[in-house]
Amino acid sequence: MALAIKELLAVLKDKKGRIVLIMPPILQLFLFGYAASFDLNDIPVAVYNQDQGADSRELVARVIGSPHFHLYADIDHEQQISSLINNKNVLIVLHLGPNFSANLAKGPGTSAQVIIDGRNSNTALLVQGYLSTIVSDFNVDWAKRNGKPPPLASLKLRAWFNSNMVSRWFIVPGIVGLLTFIITTIVTSLSVAREREAGTFDQLLVTPMRPVEILIGKSFPGVLIGSLEGSFILLMAIYWFDIPLRGSLGALYIGMFLFILSAVGIGLMISSLAVTQQQGMLGAFLFMVPAVILSGFATPIANMPQVVQWLTYADPLRYFLIILRGVFLEGDNSSILMHYYWPMAVIAIVTLSLAAWLFRHRMN
Amino acid sequence: MSPFAKRFMRLRGLIRKESLQILRDPSSIAIAFVMPVVLLLLFGYGVSLDAKDIRLALVVEQPDAQTSSLTSAFHHSTYFKSITFHTIQPAERALVTHVVDGIVWLRSDFSARLLNHGDAPIGVFVNGVDANQARITQGYIQGVWQTWLQAYARQQGHDLAIPVRLEPRIWFNAAVRSTDFLVPGLIALIMTLTGAMLTSMVVAREWERGTMEALMVTPIRIWEITVGKLLPYFILGMGGMLLSVAMALWLFNVPLRGSFLVLSLASALYMMVALGMGLLISTVARSQFVAGQIALVATFLPAFILSGFIFEISSMPAPVQVMTHLIPARYFVAILQTVFMAGDIWPVLLTNAAALLVMMVIFLGLARHKTRKRLD
Repeated sequence: MALAIKELLAVLKDKKGRIVLIMPPILQLFLFGYAASFDLNDIPVAVYNQDQGADSRELVARVIGSPHFHLYADIDHEQQISSLINNKNVLIVLHLGPNFSANLAKGPGTSAQVIIDGRNSNTALLVQGYLSTIVSDFNVDWAKRNGKPPPLASLKLRAWFNSNMVSRWFIVPGIVGLLTFIITTIVTSLSVAREREAGTFDQLLVTPMRPVEILIGKSFPGVLIGSLEGSFILLMAIYWFDIPLRGSLGALYIGMFLFILSAVGIGLMISSLAVTQQQGMLGAFLFMVPAVILSGFATPIANMPQVVQWLTYADPLRYFLIILRGVFLEGDNSSILMHYYWPMAVIAIVTLSLAAWLFRHRMN
Repeated sequence: MSPFAKRFMRLRGLIRKESLQILRDPSSIAIAFVMPVVLLLLFGYGVSLDAKDIRLALVVEQPDAQTSSLTSAFHHSTYFKSITFHTIQPAERALVTHVVDGIVWLRSDFSARLLNHGDAPIGVFVNGVDANQARITQGYIQGVWQTWLQAYARQQGHDLAIPVRLEPRIWFNAAVRSTDFLVPGLIALIMTLTGAMLTSMVVAREWERGTMEALMVTPIRIWEITVGKLLPYFILGMGGMLLSVAMALWLFNVPLRGSFLVLSLASALYMMVALGMGLLISTVARSQFVAGQIALVATFLPAFILSGFIFEISSMPAPVQVMTHLIPARYFVAILQTVFMAGDIWPVLLTNAAALLVMMVIFLGLARHKTRKRLD
């Protein structure tokens, strides 16, 4: 117990050290919460409408009137298109040819050309999706107005759990996991390395304390700080970002506890391998970056190649993210989440025992 | 010996010392060369926003010729891997338990309404938790539906009249490959890591150990210390950059449509900015733990989120958009994506390079100012 308190003090004694434990997570929460979104608003558009008919004006109005787009410029020369796109003034150019309305009235149909900047391919795909929805709505209304039959079959689209498809609902629960992970790993990954550098770790080893006791003492600050900050971010997600919490909070906390234990295990393992603090920090970093990338935080695991997908099974963050999003959006309880609890428990047991073993066996 | 020759000798000695220090500590080499390789492999192979093999439940309540023409359209699409159900309940359960990502539901009256020209409804449910993927999935389903509608109409002997057909042309990346835009952006991320993070920690270590003060009482000038410290890391960082570009071109087949010279010059400029940030952080923090943390929060994360590397800047809330102008990576990512995918487009390159130049002057100036003040 005395050791646990000493460890906690070691982390908190430095003023700058305290600040970096508290400020960055809050900053990151707001940064991610507000900036990290795949939803597109106010995409700048240039319109090149060579047609004078009412139908073309209506289609343009529908595009410009949508919250996803706003008019950057009306152009009247083909040559202007490439410089507007190349210089990133606009992301798309909507081009309606001179016979747009005439062809529409004559039948069988007409075309609307759209040039999209593909430098960000995801944005290009999404923009294309927004536009095709606008065009197909236009088509349905136009057919109705002109007494034409509707298409033979039509899609009725609905999204479950997140009916407006807001990216933030996906990203913010992920941030809870991400920040808990980073804080816990950083706090623990330096704890053994710091003492090794100072030489006090050898002194600790010659005391009558058993490795298990040292392990518990060393884990204590990580578990405490990790759960406190994790809970704080959770509160912010619920009350500041208004993410609906539909499942059981208890199920979420079981997951958080197991997750923090596995992150502590990994941090201590890195720390016992490192000789200097710098190595501890770099080691933590070299582990954290891939762990975050492969966790499904921003891009789906299902899109990865099979071999990489196998790697993700060793990543505790992968399971915790599923639990967070399940409890928040899908209303899951602990019995549904059983599948995701036990892999984290296994990771925690393996890494913690390895760390304890390394305390004694890694002497330079 | 002339004063100039002396100065040169001092500088050479310092650079030699710094270089030896890098060579002796394997972790610096690791972050400069192993990190780019690991990150590029991870992102190049692991991170993709291009959905493939989307698992789809096809619910066909009354199978017949009409429904099978639609379901086979889904079976033949390379985007989907579909499972067929005959009632909606098991399909809904599959959606809840993440066995499938979406449901396409053809009710028992589908064929009857289709044959009577009665606007037959097709129910589509997707799991909306990942909003981005949900939208992309809906887009692909719409694509299959439209192609099928046309084929079906033609088969029935009449041309389908679609009033307005959208003809998208995607410039610079016609195949819409996400690797082509992720890998160039990643180079900015890697250089931020080697430049800012590594420098800040290494110099902070010198403050921690007191060797920086020891260096300052020698006749070496501050600018000599700065050059001596930065030059080896500049070379290290540029080495990492070259390695990343080589991998981008030959491993991931990303096109380089602009010139290599422009790419190198822009990278050298950004490397200087990153080194300046690293130096500034280390003089403020003076301890490795704090320096590492500040570098992570102030350089790496913004480079990841606020640079336009993945998330579109123009869609962020206005105050956040203003903030992105303070992030050097923003300008470099714009240069990289343009040089790789679009070519040497001078208006984009020059404005962004000018912004980087201003930031370089500010960061290096501030770092120098801070260092001197501490000595007084």
